[in-house]
Amino acid sequence: MNVLLRNPRREIQMPGPTSVSKLLKQLNIVPESVLVICNDELVTRDAQLRDEDSIEIRPVVSGGA
Amino acid sequence: MKCRRCKSPAVIDVRRHNAAFCKDCFNHHCTEQVRRAIHDFKMLQPEERVLVAVSGGKDSLALWDLLLKAGYQADGLYVGLGIGEYSNESGRFARDFAQSRDLKLIEVDLPQQYGFDIPTGSEAARRAPCSACGLSKRHLFNQAAIDGEYDAVATGHNLDDEAAVLMGNVLRWEEGYLARQYPVLPASEGFAKKVKPLVKLGEREMAAYCVLNGIDYIIEECPMAAGNRHLGYKEILNQLEEQSPGAKTAFLTGFFDRAHQRFADVAVEERQTLQPCAHCDAPTTNDVCAFCRLQVRATGITIGTTS
Ligand code: SF4
Ligand SMILES: [Zn+2]
Ligand SMILES: [Zn+2]
Repeated sequence: MNVLLRNPRREIQMPGPTSVSKLLKQLNIVPESVLVICNDELVTRDAQLRDEDSIEIRPVVSGGA
Repeated sequence: MKCRRCKSPAVIDVRRHNAAFCKDCFNHHCTEQVRRAIHDFKMLQPEERVLVAVSGGKDSLALWDLLLKAGYQADGLYVGLGIGEYSNESGRFARDFAQSRDLKLIEVDLPQQYGFDIPTGSEAARRAPCSACGLSKRHLFNQAAIDGEYDAVATGHNLDDEAAVLMGNVLRWEEGYLARQYPVLPASEGFAKKVKPLVKLGEREMAAYCVLNGIDYIIEECPMAAGNRHLGYKEILNQLEEQSPGAKTAFLTGFFDRAHQRFADVAVEERQTLQPCAHCDAPTTNDVCAFCRLQVRATGITIGTTS
C-alpha cells in the first residue's frame, strides 16, 4: 500500500490488506487527529484496505490563534 | 459502518456523537450543528450581513460555505500575513473559492498596508508569532467589519480550537480571557459583533466537510505554528477524547453553560477602562492599542507619521 503522509509531505509503503484502525495503530497515529482517504474516498475506521489501494492520511489538527 | 440516519454505507464516523454518516447525512449534520449554534447562542439574525474571516484553511472555507447555504449574506475577508509561500498559497485557496462561486472577497495585506509581516514583526516585537498574528487578525477583522458596515465578523474557530484555548486559559486562570471566551461577543463601541458558528463541530468534521464537498483548502500547516501552545493542548485533548469520547464537548459546553457567567464582572471591569487608541481609534485599555504598538516596534515608525 502506498501511504501519503503530510506535514511534511512524504510517501511510505505499508503491507496490506489491513484495516484503517490497524494501520493508524501501526503508525502510532491518534485516529481523532486525521482523516483517512482511500483512492480519493473518505473511509471510516473499520474500512478494509487492500494492498493495491492508495491511501492518504491527512492531519486535521491546525495550530494558531 | 452504516450511516446513523439512512443506514447506507458511512464515510465518516463522529465518535463523540457515537455516530457515522454517509455524505448527505453528514452534510445535514454539519448544517444542523451550525444552525443550532447560531440559534442557541443567538449569534445572527437572518437579515444580518456577515463578514467571514477566511484564511484559505478548512474551517473558514467550510464556514463560508455553510453560512451561504444557511441563507446568510456573507462576504469574505482575507488578510495577507506575509508568511512566505504559505501566505501566497493560502491566499490562492481563498481567492479560488470566492471566484468559483462568484463571491465577494475583501483583501487586506499586512506587509503592503501596514509595513510589516508576521515573521519579522513578531521577532522585532519579541512576541510569539501566533500571538502577534492573532492580535493583528483580530484588529484587522474588526476594522474591516466596521469600515464595511457589517453586522458581524464570523470566524472558523471550531470545537477543538475553543477547547484548546479554554484549556490554556484555565491552566493559567486568565480571568480576562475566560470572560471573553464565548461563541458570540455582542457589538459595542468600536467593536463589531463576533460570532463562532462552528463551536459545535470538531476540526476533523470540518476537514471531512471540505473533502466531501470538493472544497480545496490549504493542507500544509503554517510554518510558524510549530511549538505553538495550542497544538500541544489539542494533542492532549485528542488523547483524552480517544479514551473517553465526548470529553472535549463536555469540557467546552460545561464552561459555556455553567462557568462563563462567573467571569462576567471581569468583562464589565475591562469594558469600563476602554478608550480609543491615540493612533487608530480602536478601543483599547492603553493609550495606544496592541496592534499599533506592534506596528511601531515592527516597523520603527513613530506614532502619528502614518495615516
Ligand atoms: S499558525 Fe500562528 S502565525 Fe500561522 S497563521 Fe495561525 S496564528 Fe498566524
Ligand atoms: Zn445517510
Ligand atoms: Zn491602534
